[in-house]
Amino acid sequence: MTQAKQPIIQIRNVSKRFGKVTAVDNISLDILAGEFFVLLGPSGCGKTTLLRMIAGFEMPTEGQIFIDGQDMSLVPPNKRPVNMVFQSYAVFPHMNVTDNVGYGLRISGVSKGEIRDRVAEALELVKLGGFEDRMPDQMSGGQRQRVALARSLVMRPKVLLLDEPLSALDAKLRAQMQFELADLQDKVGITFVTVTHDQDEALSMASRVAVINKGEVAQLAPPADLYEYPANRFVADFVGSVNIFEGKLTLDEPDKAAVDCPGLGKIYLNHGVTGPHGADVWVALRPEKIYLHVPGKGKAVRAAAQDAPDGHNLARGTIKGMSYLGDITLYEIQLGGGQMIRVSRPNLSRHDQEDFTWDDKVSMHWRADSPVVLLS
Amino acid sequence: MSGALQDWKSQKKSFAAVVTAPVFWLALFFVAPMAIVWLYSFGQNAGPADIEISGTLDNYKRATEWLYVSIFLKSFAVAALTTLLCLIIGFPVAMAITFAAPKWRPWLLLGIMLPFWTNLLIRTYALMALMGTNGYMNKGLGGLWEGASWLRTIVGMQPLEAWTPVQLLYNNFAVVLGLVYVHLPFMVLPLYSALDRLDRSLIEASLDLGAGHFKTFMQIVVPLAAPGIVAGVMITLIPALGAYLTPDLMGGTDSQMIANVIERQFKRANDWPFGAALSFLLIYAMFILIAFQSMRANKVKEA
Repeated sequence: MTQAKQPIIQIRNVSKRFGKVTAVDNISLDILAGEFFVLLGPSGCGKTTLLRMIAGFEMPTEGQIFIDGQDMSLVPPNKRPVNMVFQSYAVFPHMNVTDNVGYGLRISGVSKGEIRDRVAEALELVKLGGFEDRMPDQMSGGQRQRVALARSLVMRPKVLLLDEPLSALDAKLRAQMQFELADLQDKVGITFVTVTHDQDEALSMASRVAVINKGEVAQLAPPADLYEYPANRFVADFVGSVNIFEGKLTLDEPDKAAVDCPGLGKIYLNHGVTGPHGADVWVALRPEKIYLHVPGKGKAVRAAAQDAPDGHNLARGTIKGMSYLGDITLYEIQLGGGQMIRVSRPNLSRHDQEDFTWDDKVSMHWRADSPVVLLS
Repeated sequence: MSGALQDWKSQKKSFAAVVTAPVFWLALFFVAPMAIVWLYSFGQNAGPADIEISGTLDNYKRATEWLYVSIFLKSFAVAALTTLLCLIIGFPVAMAITFAAPKWRPWLLLGIMLPFWTNLLIRTYALMALMGTNGYMNKGLGGLWEGASWLRTIVGMQPLEAWTPVQLLYNNFAVVLGLVYVHLPFMVLPLYSALDRLDRSLIEASLDLGAGHFKTFMQIVVPLAAPGIVAGVMITLIPALGAYLTPDLMGGTDSQMIANVIERQFKRANDWPFGAALSFLLIYAMFILIAFQSMRANKVKEA
């Protein structure tokens, strides 16, 4: 799969309205062959509607969807080269595992011998060998999901659609399935399109993520770009945790920029932001990119913040809240102007969490390439 | 439910307090009269208003005469045909209600229930008014006939001969139609409740895997609605088997069902012992049907 990737699904100006409610608002995007594509967004943002339109269960009010170059406007769900894994798994309760997985092949008239071989192969792929005669009500949620996966994969679809595939699993199993799904996708080489509201899921599995907000694509990017270069406040806030401060752009040159934030102080960036001078902008700063220090040990602060001019990228505050999460500790710090800022600090040694406590005066600094300036 | 109440053996007093009244009620007004009628079935008339319970089996012997056996069989056939028609008509109706927009569903259900709340006698007479030789059905058919006749004259053909009203009432057709009309809600409601519980994504999954609507219906919807189908068949078949009013009012001389024969024994023939014997044969037949159904249900549960 190193050759130039062709779009397998092309979504062209697709809108979907239910009465007065616009679920999907003029979305256009391409999903490439062989990629693990994730539609990420809060509930009610239209991501599931978009997936159901690809599957054929909903018809676009406007626009077209092409799968493998073919216009799907008049193609019913049972004639589309895609298969879906439903959120509820939709495993047929009156059939055992073999009959469930072989259902689609039986319908399309594949010979008995081939059905047996392909079902066995699919069950092996999802690690359900030995479960052939089980009934769905004798299986756990995770196992039923594997049945649903095998039932779709056995059809060898061009695209596998997954609707919130991990939402019903417990945390441990979810983490394991994230790896397994990514691994499975790599093995079968089928394009996966997954819908989720869970940003961890999206970041860990996807090759590209489309963040959907109010029926529109807020940003389409690989996971790391989404996190480090969010395009707007919605994406910055929805993907991961972030501090956002409003400010004015006071300097904007190709190799440097500065923003004056009344709440946070002077922010210096070592790159340009190409925004209108004096414009209202927002600065997004991730909690883990802020260093925490005891005031008075100022030398270390200056040393670490040396990529910014004096007086920039520094802030002082008082610790008002702490939550110890084991691997990291989260601090809620009140700044001089009263605003709160969130800082996370890895517990690199066993006693790091003891360095700070409530009401400690602290100083913070961050690198000049850490803040992101958002224009919307 | 609380564990304490479930374990009635350890709460004998409160259990007795709850259960005594209904048991007494059932014993006084159901078991006792039924037992008396059951005893009558082993008796003979000793005078115009006097029955001697002599332990004779003559009544049951008489019930095995072909005349009565044939009426029993015919009742079964009519009830079975009624049930089948109710199923064929009721299934699409139940599906339509299930898949209707949520705001319409209560109204559609009301439409099914409304006739149910109207007196059977009134409904039957209303249906008869529709189906009479001067009723709206005949008028409608006559209108179509005349229209066809007029079309023939337009294209230059001989007009049809004058419309003669069709005899819709007082025959077996009328009985089956009346029974289907009366029993349709009994079929639709259990079907609806079974279909309503069906997870829609199962249907979508079947479509997604390449099955058309018919295959999805046969392979997914019908098997999963089976409990509703069985329930609907049972509560349609059993009352249809004992139907009295509809064959009495809408049937002809050859369309009497077993309940009409029983009624005649108790009233005009004044032969209570024989009527009792026929009644209990009908009750036994229903028991057998119910036993079959619960055996099947148990088998499903075990599997």
